[in-house]
This record gives sequence, C-alpha cells and structure tokens, in this order.
Amino acid sequence: MNTQLFLIQVFNGLVNGAFYALLSLGLAVIFGMLRIVNFMHGALYMLGAFTAFALGQALGLGFWPSLILAPLIVGAIGMVLERSLLSRLYGLEPSYNLLLTFGLTLLTQDLVKQVMLSQYAVSSAPYTPPAALSGVVNLGFVVFPKYRLFVIALALAICLITWFVIEKTRVGAIIRASTENPNVTRAFGIDVGKWVTGMFGVGVGLAGLAGVLAAPIYSVEPYMGAELIITTFAVVVIGGMGSILGSVVTGFAVGVLAAIGAALYPPIANTLVFILMAIVLLVRPSGLFGLPEGAR
Amino acid sequence: MHKRTLTALLSTAALAAAPVALAQSVRLTDNAVRVGVLTDLSGVYSELSGQGSVRAAQLAVQDFVAANPSYRGRVQVVGVDHQNKADVASNKAAEMIDRQNVDMLVDLPTSSAALAASEVARQKKIPVMVVTGGTTALTNEKCNKYTFHYAYDNYMLANGTGTAVTKRGGNSWYIIYPNYAFGQDLNKQMIAAVTENKGRTVTASDATPFPNTDFSSYLLKAQGLKPKVFGTMQAGADLVNVVKQYNEFGLRQQGIGLGIGLLFETDVAALGQDAFAGALATVPWYWNLDQRSRDWAAKFEKSFGKKPTFAQAGVYSATMTYLQAVARARSDDGDAVVKALEGHRFSDFFARSAYIRPQDHRVLLDVYTVQVKSKAQAKENGDYYTRVSTIPAARAFQPLTESKCKF
Repeated sequence: MNTQLFLIQVFNGLVNGAFYALLSLGLAVIFGMLRIVNFMHGALYMLGAFTAFALGQALGLGFWPSLILAPLIVGAIGMVLERSLLSRLYGLEPSYNLLLTFGLTLLTQDLVKQVMLSQYAVSSAPYTPPAALSGVVNLGFVVFPKYRLFVIALALAICLITWFVIEKTRVGAIIRASTENPNVTRAFGIDVGKWVTGMFGVGVGLAGLAGVLAAPIYSVEPYMGAELIITTFAVVVIGGMGSILGSVVTGFAVGVLAAIGAALYPPIANTLVFILMAIVLLVRPSGLFGLPEGAR
Repeated sequence: MHKRTLTALLSTAALAAAPVALAQSVRLTDNAVRVGVLTDLSGVYSELSGQGSVRAAQLAVQDFVAANPSYRGRVQVVGVDHQNKADVASNKAAEMIDRQNVDMLVDLPTSSAALAASEVARQKKIPVMVVTGGTTALTNEKCNKYTFHYAYDNYMLANGTGTAVTKRGGNSWYIIYPNYAFGQDLNKQMIAAVTENKGRTVTASDATPFPNTDFSSYLLKAQGLKPKVFGTMQAGADLVNVVKQYNEFGLRQQGIGLGIGLLFETDVAALGQDAFAGALATVPWYWNLDQRSRDWAAKFEKSFGKKPTFAQAGVYSATMTYLQAVARARSDDGDAVVKALEGHRFSDFFARSAYIRPQDHRVLLDVYTVQVKSKAQAKENGDYYTRVSTIPAARAFQPLTESKCKF
C-alpha cells in the first residue's frame, strides 16, 4: 500500500472512530459517574437513528432539528429507565445491571422492529443527509463525502465540550464529587440522585446523537447497534473504564486501525480491535488511560 | 386386446383428463401430506422469505386441493424458524420429520442452513426443495438424491450478471464479497463469469467481514483502482449498506458502475429504487414479469398484504410441483416422489420451460437479467425492473459437464 492510500485510509478511519468515540464517551461518563456497565448503549444508539427517522416520517422534520431533538428524546428515555429500573439495582453486584440492560436491549430492538414493520412495512429504512452536506468534495488526495467530514468535526467538538465540562467547570466538579463521595456531597446541600440521573441522561443522549449521525451513512434498522456495541466495549476496555480522554483517543485510534486493517488484509479488520484489547489487558489491565481500581 | 393393456390405456386417458381420479388412490403414510416450510421467521431474511413463504406454501396447498376436489388426504403446512443457523436448521429439520411427520421441506434461506437441512433430509429420505439458499454446493459436491435446488443459485447469478455487465462494456471489475460460504462461492463464480471472455479482467477481489456495516475502505480502494464496475456480492442488510455508501461516495459519477450479485425486491424497497437505479442483476422471477405473474402476485398480495418476492413465489411453485409429483407417484413416500420429480418437465407462472435435471436435481428454468428502474421510470408501486434479457433454462445454469454431483 502506498503512502497516499495509507493516508486515505487513516483519514477514512476517523469517521468510524468518531462513532466509537461518541459511544465510548457516553459509556465512560456513565461508568465513571454511576459505576454501571450500560449494555443498552447500542440499542439507544439505534433508538437515536430510529427517532430521527420517525420524526422525519411523522412530522416531516429534517436532519438538523432531529440532530437536536432525537438525542434529547433518547436522553429522556434513558433518565426514565434509570429512575424506574436501574436505580433499584445500585446496591447489587454489577452483573444484575448487565442482565437488566441486556434484557432492555432485546426488548427495544424487537419493539422497534415491530413498529417499523407495522408503520413502514420494512425493517430497514434509508435516511438522507441534509442537502447542504450531500455529495462529495475533492480534498486533493481523496474524493470524500461531505457528510462524513461533518461527522468527524462534530464528534471532535462534542468530545472536547464534554471533557471540558466535566474536568474544568463547577458543574463538572459537582458531578465528580457526587460520584466520588455522595454522602459528603449531600452534606453540601446537593441532591446527588438528580445529578446521577442527569448524567445518565447525558451519557445516553450521546449514544442517541451518534445514532442520528449514523442514520445518513448506514441503513436505519433495529439491530444496527448490536455489532457496534461489542467493538465499543472493547474500546472502553482499551482506553480504561471510565476514562473520558481514554475513550475518545482510543475510539478514534481503533477506527483508524480498523480502516488500515480493512485495506491491508480485510478478513482481519474487525478482529484487530480485540487483539489490541487482549494485549492491553495483559500488559496494562486498567487500560491505556485508566487508573488502577485501587487508586480511585 | 388384453385386459391389462386396456386398463393401462384407460388409466392413461384418466391421467390426461383428470388427475383427480388418481388422487383418490394416493397412498399417504399417515393419511396426510405435510409440507414443511423451514425458513427464517425472525432474522435478516424473514422479510424476503419468512411468513410470506409459509403463506405461499399455504396458497399452493389451497390451489392444489381446489384443483383436485376429490383429493382424499389432508394437506397441511408447517412453518418453522431455523434462525439462519446450520445447527438449528439441522435439529428443526429432524424434529419436523420425526415428530410432525413432515413429508417434504421447502424454502431454506441461508446456504449453510440449507446444506444442513439437506443432509438431514438425505438421512431421513425426505425430499427437500431449496428455494432461497444460493450455494451451488447443493448440486455439486454436497448434492444428494433427495435434494432439489429450485429457484436460483450462485452460478446462475454470476453467469447472468457477469456476462450481461461485461457485454455492456464493464470489462474491468473490483469485487467485494462477504467472507462466508455464500460470498466465497459467489465471488468464485463471478470471477469465472467475468474473465471467461478474452480481455475482460477482474482487477481485485476482497473478502469483507460478515456481517459488516461500513464499506468505506473498499469504496476508497475502488476510487483508486478505477474499475469500470464495482461488484458487490453482499446480500440483504449488508448489500443495502454497500449500495447506500456507493452512492454516498459518488462512485457512479466517477464512472464506476454497480454490479450486484444477489438482489431481492426487499433490498430495493429498503433503500429506495433510485439508490439502485441502473444496476444490473439476475433474477429467476419478478411480480410484474408478465400477466400470468401479475395475476398470481395479485392473489398473493390480497392474502398476505404485500407483493411477493421471488423467494416466496418460488416456494409456491416448488410446493405445487411437489404436490403434483405426489399425485403422479400416488404416494408421499420420499423415494417415489423423487422418482416422479426427476426428469419432469413443466411450466408455471414462476418456472418457465422448467426441467428437473435427474443427474444433479438442479431445476432448470428461464431466468432474467434486469436493470433497476429509477423512481421516475416506475409506472406503479413496486415496479422495479426492466428486463434486459431472458436467459433460457438450458443456458442459465451450470452445465452438467461441470457438475461434481454423484449420487
């Protein structure tokens, strides 16, 4: 593979990387703050794409309003689920959460499938990018879809904002304190439960956002998150559970790695990330950017 | 005239005039013929086969009974989900035959599941008619006395599309195929079909992970290779993603055409026909092929609520062909029915100039190379295809000389 082709693939990998980054960022926020492994993340990503599609069908809303609305709707659904179901399991061991969120995943997928079949007579539907972003642009070294460039840019911006809010602002400080030591935080008059629910909503909303962004690229179908979530968990493990910086950097890196793999030796493209995960687990079990569990 | 000769003559006359009379003396193992539709009721192929296939088999049974009013035995349809998994297909096939006394199996989407069920049918001596599975192994190294391959197969797809596209000037290809039995087989067949004529080349061919959603790496590679045709051997949801992204990357505008290995009507519906417009594919049937097909499709739509796919139409035709073979054999015994099927020539709304080749059990029928219409060209809802050519039954499938089948 010559240098130009290599560069093209690196660049192309950033697109998939953007999705991994947004999804693992959401997972990291949720795990970091709530210590929940949200297996439902892939289904919520799908729900984001489906909501955008359904808003378009039912209300004629285009991509831009959906880009704002759909993540809010998904976030709200997440908060309802957190309050009504997940919060009951906080005292128990993590496997209960995993089972619950896995069960919810299956329910959500089949529910969406039923709705799509009954409403639109197909289980997979196309979604078109906004007119301003359709078509390709010649970057000199490659002809690339405009929309994919937008995905990279927006994902980077969202990741930066999230990192900034959590690490550098007062709101972030409250959130971090609420999870670090909820009792002391309560003593300062802060309603910890509300913050936790809110953060779950934000994490889940990020999955919804990734879903809306994915809709114009992949077909909107009930199982679109099922494959993606497995890779995303690998990203989270490699980056370090709960590490925001780790999830973003690893997300983009894994996307690039998979793209290069696909160009060099296609059969290995989807396996590379798991090989990397195995190596990281052997050498640095807490992940590239994670602190050892004892240091928390 | 001897009495015996007279009887024979009379029965021949009866056969010609009314197969009904014969049906009365059909020997049925448990006083019923049971048609087992082994299919995908919940997964990726459930829309193109699934419940629609079960309904198609039911319609075939209804029509058969209506045409044979004095038919004594009961005819039933059993629909079972094989989840596209070979092991499940194997277990379910055995269960249907042993417990539900199913006398034949039909449909079988997913090549690996079809092969597994075919093996069970061989052991149990029950005919199986594969309609929706594509692998040519069914009539080659994995063939057996009880398995019939009905609607399409990978050889026919590649032979039809590969030849048609290269003839139209698409003389350099870059092919991607999903890395499992079906895709590997179709890739092999497509390369053979494309390179058959001198000067026609396949630039490169890549195996992609299966299932897969993002094909951008291969589309970028295609941009670099600049072939005349980007050939995709993906099926179902993967195909829909490939085509969506092919459009997104603007390959058509860069002079790279689209060649499709296996195209179902549901794929076109999922993405909208404009995304596929101009692409060439080969199909065994489509609903508005002609008036006869339209009539049947209208009946199906009235009963099922949706237009039939070629898989569902094929299940109807295969079921009907089987039931008529039972009537001819006067028995639902597997060996007797196989005998009645072998060498049978027929023509129905689905299978034209059809012939069941006795040596490998490939059901030969006329097939069609089609070009997908744009939405603007479509005259009505679901009007997807323009017929480019009809490939006669005798030339559409793998010639017997190339078959590796022995039974």
